[in-house]
Amino acid sequence: MQQRSNKRTLATLVLVAFGMFGFGFAMVPLYDVFCEITGLNGKTGGRVAATEFNSEVDENRLITVQFDTAVDSGLPWDFEAEKLSMKVRPGELAEAYFTAKNQLSEPVVGHAVPSVAPSVASLYFAKTECFCFTQQTLAGNEEKEMPVRFMVSPDLPENVKVLTLSYRFYRSAGAEVAGAEDKSKDISEVSSDGTG
Amino acid sequence: MSVTATELDHHDDHDHKPSGFLDRWLFSTNHKDIGTLYLVFSLVMFLIGGSMAMIIRAELFQPGLQLVQPDFFNQMTTMHALVMIFGAVMPAFVGLANWMIPMMIGAPDMALPRMNNWSFWLLPFAFAMLLSTLFMDSGAPAAGWTLYPPLSLQGGNSFAFVIFAIHLMGISSIMGAINIIATILNMRAPGMNLLKMPLFVWTWLITAFLLIAVMPVLAGAVTMLLTDKFFATSFFNAAGGGDPVMFQHIFWFFGHPEVYIMILPAFGIVSEIIPTFARKPLFGYVSMVYATASIAFLSFIVWAHHMFTVGMPLGGELYFMYATMLIAVPTGVKVFNWVSTMWRGAMTFETPMLWALAFVILFTIGGFSGLMLAIVPADFQYHDTYFVVAHFHYVLVTGAIFAIIAGVYYWLPKWTGNMYNETWAKIHFWWSVISVNVLFFPQHFLGLAGMPRRIPDYSVQFTEFNQWSSIGGFAFGLAQVFFAIILIHACYYSKKKAAAQSWEGAKGLEWTIPSPAPHHTFSTPPKINKDQLAAGHLD
Repeated sequence: MQQRSNKRTLATLVLVAFGMFGFGFAMVPLYDVFCEITGLNGKTGGRVAATEFNSEVDENRLITVQFDTAVDSGLPWDFEAEKLSMKVRPGELAEAYFTAKNQLSEPVVGHAVPSVAPSVASLYFAKTECFCFTQQTLAGNEEKEMPVRFMVSPDLPENVKVLTLSYRFYRSAGAEVAGAEDKSKDISEVSSDGTG
Repeated sequence: MSVTATELDHHDDHDHKPSGFLDRWLFSTNHKDIGTLYLVFSLVMFLIGGSMAMIIRAELFQPGLQLVQPDFFNQMTTMHALVMIFGAVMPAFVGLANWMIPMMIGAPDMALPRMNNWSFWLLPFAFAMLLSTLFMDSGAPAAGWTLYPPLSLQGGNSFAFVIFAIHLMGISSIMGAINIIATILNMRAPGMNLLKMPLFVWTWLITAFLLIAVMPVLAGAVTMLLTDKFFATSFFNAAGGGDPVMFQHIFWFFGHPEVYIMILPAFGIVSEIIPTFARKPLFGYVSMVYATASIAFLSFIVWAHHMFTVGMPLGGELYFMYATMLIAVPTGVKVFNWVSTMWRGAMTFETPMLWALAFVILFTIGGFSGLMLAIVPADFQYHDTYFVVAHFHYVLVTGAIFAIIAGVYYWLPKWTGNMYNETWAKIHFWWSVISVNVLFFPQHFLGLAGMPRRIPDYSVQFTEFNQWSSIGGFAFGLAQVFFAIILIHACYYSKKKAAAQSWEGAKGLEWTIPSPAPHHTFSTPPKINKDQLAAGHLD
């Protein structure tokens, strides 16, 4: 009798434990969905299309858009915004330029990950064209000017007067140009020497 | 009472201890032997984790880099935390649960004795693996016990050993928790209703549910780290579309209940000791049970207060701030009840009581600094400073560890049949309680002045407080070596025998059986007599 109820308790609790292990992984899609609805993590990629915006230009507001750039340590590039900030009117299509320069003498592929701060603004910010939509290949020592076309929705909450568009460039794994040496792999091997 | 005690004596006289060393310990299925294994393991880990803390305090005795390389310093802070949390505090509580829960509820053993053996014997392997990373080329983990990516993924391949060690610890904890729940729900003696159980049993029942709910989530989180590092997934890798902040959410969904896993059994121990030495039943028994359950529930919905500075909308920060402050209510109920238990009691101050009293006072200080940290705008200043270090050491050292030491002094006569040396134990107490405050109190001021945690160097204006803290640290560390000596003396050399009821005011079934407790107890369930229960005033 007691043996049986012990086994039942054991089985139930083991199931709960496995369920919670699954729940840990279920948090990944849940988190993404939650962030997509609320815009909380500031991701912008393909989330909103400019055509969804009310396209009437709001002449009364002027929004400062700041540009922030960063390059991951695995990518031997320089990457900068041509202007640090610009002022745009909500509903108007604006254009900004960024330059990337490959420091190596061989081609390297990278891709940029965008985000918008404050995060609530990411729901009101759309890019119609961006170098972050595709991977970018720079030939050896090549310097490239890259445009972004974007629009801020007139529905942007009143209290947001400044927003920051941030890009971080990463080396694209598994998308190396033929003949190019895989430097990122070398770097990770140097830092994780030894025990494997 | 007299009836059950003599009957039990008679039944349990012929101890069936296995004779060989391996049979007795490696293949043990006896809850008392496994409890002993857990406690000894925990003491060893406590001393290992403590020596890591000594290295940290020695390096921080002066500004500049003296003794160790920064990377090794970071390995020490990380390993100190992992060893103390998973190796010292949690196994100590499981050890106490193994020893005491069956004796407190009148059960012959744990519900699943062979699984009990397995859950203990995973631990030495897990910690051998974890500690072995210290000797590997790429070193031990150095990104903090929270293992935040991307930093934690930038170390070497020894990380895989850390992950697997955490997996084993998790499996061990989950099996231990299942066993405790099954024991409490299925093995109580007839008449031992849930609301007659000692509070230590209650707090452990709730803790065990917390463990089952969150240890698997930690296992999931570290598995994702593992695949991110070695199998090119991008759960937390922004380059691949992942989000490193998501790790913090998943981690603290585990991490916040984890801190209550480390304190709820401590509440239980203190709730056993204070009524004994105040010679009054615990004040507000039922409210204690409900308060424990409320704390456990709230622990699931406050996790993001560990990450206020990560960039969160105002609404989120307000919610997590108020929810966190709400925890002060059930905790306040507990402190109130402990104080009320002592109110007009016939108090004596034997060593377990001294530790329990120090727990109540010093844990409350840790609770207050926790409330300060819950205030969002203030937390922006305190975050990642020594103020946080001071806070969680007040709740974990003077909270959890003090309660464990109190429990060990309280039940040691029952385990060994010998009394420890009371004078030495009192010296150990005063030595510890003074040095621990010299150690951690100045860290509040360091934190408020802006000294960051987990950094091996500091600017010169912090020197004096750091020197106080280091001196306190060395003294506290030495006091715990003395503790180990007191325990060895009590186990093997003490001439003073303990009575079945080792403390005058002690209530509960464990005091109805002889000291030392025979190898098998309650093979036939005891008759529950209301007067001998700690919660016996209830109907």
